[in-house]
Amino acid sequence: MISAVMPIPAYRSRLGARLALAGLVALTLLVLACRPAPPAPRGDLILATTTSVQDSGLLEALIPVFEAGVNVNVKPVAVGTGAALRLAEEGNADALFVHAPDAERALVGAGHAYNRHLVAYNDFVIVGPRADPANIAGDTDAATAFTAIAATEARFISRGDDSGTHKRERAIWAEARIVPGDSWYAESGQGMGATLTIADQKLAYVLTDRGTFLALSDDVDLIPLVEGDPALLNLYSVLQVSPAKLGVNALAAVAWIEFMLSEEAQAIINDFRRDEFGRPLFHAAAGLQEAEVIERFTVQAADG
Amino acid sequence: MDLLWDGIKEAFRLWIRGDAEIIEITLRTLAVSSLATAVSLLLGVPIGAALALKRFPGRRPLVALVNTGMGMPPVVVGLFVAIMLWRSGPFGGLGLIYTPWAIVIAQFVIAVPLVIGISLAAIQTIDPKLLDQMIALGANRLQLLWLIVREARLGLLAALMAGFGAVISEVGASIMVGGNIAGETRVLTTATVLETSRGRFEVAIALGVMLLVLAYLVNLVFTSAQQRRPA
Repeated sequence: MISAVMPIPAYRSRLGARLALAGLVALTLLVLACRPAPPAPRGDLILATTTSVQDSGLLEALIPVFEAGVNVNVKPVAVGTGAALRLAEEGNADALFVHAPDAERALVGAGHAYNRHLVAYNDFVIVGPRADPANIAGDTDAATAFTAIAATEARFISRGDDSGTHKRERAIWAEARIVPGDSWYAESGQGMGATLTIADQKLAYVLTDRGTFLALSDDVDLIPLVEGDPALLNLYSVLQVSPAKLGVNALAAVAWIEFMLSEEAQAIINDFRRDEFGRPLFHAAAGLQEAEVIERFTVQAADG
Repeated sequence: MDLLWDGIKEAFRLWIRGDAEIIEITLRTLAVSSLATAVSLLLGVPIGAALALKRFPGRRPLVALVNTGMGMPPVVVGLFVAIMLWRSGPFGGLGLIYTPWAIVIAQFVIAVPLVIGISLAAIQTIDPKLLDQMIALGANRLQLLWLIVREARLGLLAALMAGFGAVISEVGASIMVGGNIAGETRVLTTATVLETSRGRFEVAIALGVMLLVLAYLVNLVFTSAQQRRPA
């Protein structure tokens, strides 16, 4: 304000102009110098992720390929989605690879994370003992099947760990307007693999992601009973944690997200253990919107 | 029972083949747990000796605290160490979370009360007259400590074995502060948990057998030192 009211002597204004010009040139040079070499991502990337991508082995297929291309060391921490989201909220992770769309949107909405992209999908399956005491085989509606399980008080094992799978299970119970919790319902508090093993031993029903179930199908005597309901669609996304949080390696997080959206990573996801099981464990989903995935999923389910 | 057999066979197959990942995990386990035990011994024995020999106000509540610490659940230690070392925690700036150093710290916290408690009990059994005699003969502090270590040898080796046994078999803290990251912080116990949840039970059994054999070999060395007749 002061310079606006005070008359500026001519010689000072000339000097000022020269300085301004010099500054502009310097700035332009700086910008030009910086453009060809943006800061390269490096250091550690703490990737908070879910047990399903670790137990199935997908992470081990993706991470070495990513690390080969950048000077970043990925530290995947496989926890339930609930814990992964908390790690992000506290700034204790750099990026997320999770499957709880509603919780992810809430996280983005609260400003803890952004740059969310769908990268893969598969589906949840209600599996159970061959005897099928609740007679749910062939049901196409998950909530109807849950209602039958509750009505017959057939044993059901829940993850009970606030993971993405557990969140989905609770959503289906809510849709069926049932509050599970009697003696027929038990929480394992463990990862998907361990929970499937428990369900197998206890001849119980369980909601599982397709990937972990296929990976364990040789070891457990459970069979898929209900599948194909859009409510059983399992969407995996990557997000980066807000760089406003202390110590977050945003450059590495961006590189990870770019990698996960790349054709190379998408091909790895799509082909992962496909030959082994005769069907895909994960489907590539980069560039798709949720609605498009639901459409594809419904078509695939109808095709059997 | 077939599963158990397959697992044991798998263990031998992995050893004979010299599976690089298993060897790496085994060596890391040994390094991390040995370091944690060594540090807990270096700090724990002098503290145990001081608690055993010195009389001061507040000694009893302190000893009770040590004895409580001997039964501290590793997961609780893991949780607190993780909160300290996370970026949001007071020592977050050190960047130690999800490194082997974080596991060493957590295991040290687990082992140190055991070492203090057992060495305290062992040193208290030394005849105080012997120490008085040594002091009367003009022994300095270092000579006194050496005498204590020699006299309480059996108990101190028991403290060492208890500490090492607790940390090498511990899984809750290691998985929390280490993150069970392949090639970085995966140790035998956390790898066993992972392979079990993956349904690869044979590999899990192989890892478990590996852990048992490793613990046995290390304890064999300590035990022969403990049971050797003094020259």
